[in-house]
Amino acid sequence: MPQRQISYREAVSEAIKEEMARDDRVFLMGEDVGVLGGAFGSTKGIYDVFGGERVLDTPISETAIVGYALGAAMAGMRPIVEIMRVDWMTICMDEIVNQTAKMRYLSGGHPEVALVIRATAEGGIGLGGQHSQSFEAWFAHVPGLKVVMPSTPYDVKGLLKAAIRDPNPVIFLEPGVLYGVSGPVPEEEYVIPLGEAEVKREGKDVTIVAWGTLLPKTLNAAQTLATDGVEVEVVDPRTLRPLDIATIVDSVKKTGKLIVAHEAMKTCGMGAEIVALVQERAFDHLDAPIQRVATPDVIIPVNRSLERLVLPQEETIVETVRSIV
Amino acid sequence: MPLTKEALLDMYRRMLTIRHFEEGLTEFSRQGLVPGTGHVSIGEEAVAVGSCSALGDKDYIISTHRAHGHLLARGADINVILAEVLGKATGCTGGKGGSMHLSDFSRQILGTNGIVGAGINIAGGVALAIKMRKTGQVCLGFFGDGAANRGTFHEGLNLAALWKVPTVFVCTNNQYGLSMPQCKACANLDISARANSYGMPGYRVDGTDVMAVYEAVKSAVDRARKGEGPSLIEAVSYRLRGHSMRMDQVPGGSDYRPKGEVEDWAAEKDPIRIFRQKLTELGYLNDEAAEQINAECKKIFDAAADFALNSPEPEPETAFTWIYAQERVK
Repeated sequence: MPQRQISYREAVSEAIKEEMARDDRVFLMGEDVGVLGGAFGSTKGIYDVFGGERVLDTPISETAIVGYALGAAMAGMRPIVEIMRVDWMTICMDEIVNQTAKMRYLSGGHPEVALVIRATAEGGIGLGGQHSQSFEAWFAHVPGLKVVMPSTPYDVKGLLKAAIRDPNPVIFLEPGVLYGVSGPVPEEEYVIPLGEAEVKREGKDVTIVAWGTLLPKTLNAAQTLATDGVEVEVVDPRTLRPLDIATIVDSVKKTGKLIVAHEAMKTCGMGAEIVALVQERAFDHLDAPIQRVATPDVIIPVNRSLERLVLPQEETIVETVRSIV
Repeated sequence: MPLTKEALLDMYRRMLTIRHFEEGLTEFSRQGLVPGTGHVSIGEEAVAVGSCSALGDKDYIISTHRAHGHLLARGADINVILAEVLGKATGCTGGKGGSMHLSDFSRQILGTNGIVGAGINIAGGVALAIKMRKTGQVCLGFFGDGAANRGTFHEGLNLAALWKVPTVFVCTNNQYGLSMPQCKACANLDISARANSYGMPGYRVDGTDVMAVYEAVKSAVDRARKGEGPSLIEAVSYRLRGHSMRMDQVPGGSDYRPKGEVEDWAAEKDPIRIFRQKLTELGYLNDEAAEQINAECKKIFDAAADFALNSPEPEPETAFTWIYAQERVK
């Protein structure tokens, strides 16, 4: 029987529904997550099953959304909050960075701060400078947080379920451009542990570490390059903190070449961290300078051509690979 | 029901214990025994004790950077709290949190906070959990006049009233945000008046009168427990010391107040002196009994000092724990 295909957004909603049914401490709150089913449709149908007591539509109050979720977590609940866009997590950075991330430490190790903060990330759909960014590196910089950024329907479901069960605060970033993309997701239950990368395509010539929107672009590029006889190995870290550096290093030891591809800005992006870790662990295995494919340090424009120009594309990856093999 | 003589004398003891703790701590700070700094609440003891006396054993509190009084009023172990402020292994976070990060989960004190105004939303969230689980508890959130000008005040109070969560917001208006007098920080000095715009009751009480604070908070706690939602209580008091112990040690660090203002408040509105007078009038206290209570409270602090000063430093290994649940940071 062919495997069931569902979209990324359906996988998100399915994961939340299953976890809410499994554990009555889990509840959902955020702007438009209830009756509407999410501004991007990723919580559709959850309100219909669980009602207004466990699916809380909030006013536009980001500091209260995260602050309340933290308080509820400290009192033993396991909230899932949605901040519609990662860009707006800047509004509640104190609640995320100074409060949620540090609460367990600053409370003598007492409370489990089991809290998932979901947000749509990345651009590509013409939403402009305040609705297109990708801040995974900001959160990966903060001890106390975990950061997950899945790129397929299968991964998002399994990782979201793991994030909800995790006893730590998890920043869970969902690339908006992928919500409509479908893929195989089995009917039966599964959970993907946080902190485990996956080799999405095996190859011997060059390793590309890619996540978010850049993962499907990289897989397409790898296919193009294969016709030229270049075999790309694609590693999706899936979780950025804790980062599965061992899987990345193993791949680099095999191929001798590394490219890190992400849609976030290049300067101080997560790619820089991965490059540093790889040179610490596999310097002698490198046969070429490590390359980064990322958005140059600009503000994301709305105009389709301009947006396409600044965001890394499939051909950017192909060209970068050709420059080092 | 009016408070019994025993209850009132217990409140007096708690206020005096807080005073001894913070005066003693200030001396330790001068001697260089306190890492970083700490924020004492001398002059504000009536707000801490009046508020916490209105709570039941299972009710929660969330507090601020100026929280020693709240912890002691709520019955936290004074030895553990002093050890924490001194950065010792026996403190509530093993010396890792310090004066601004005190908690006692056995006493439902879920923590204090180094960020002004951050606790307001957290208190609302604890109350949300209470409401969802229908446990009948209440969460009291302390904050100050400075926090009332942060956006978290607006978002937190609006949501609490909207969802009718069982919170009591207690704003200790000590009239200063660091060096900024309240009259320069907001045009309307009546913080309690804002409650109306959120759809919750607001009360302004004399924060140097412990019984007035108790009465106001008690009625707000009762209301919250009945499921009628949050209240805002503004307790007007005065910070008799500088913003922090460290700033008080810097030459000129406390020169921002008009000459004589501190002395006038200390002479006329010291909450402990006012309460002692009240208890004397009620026939519950005479000079001899007052001296005895004072000596007892001093002894409690001295024993805590003995414990804390003789406690070990934290082990180096502890710098790497509690960052994540279930795992040590590599």
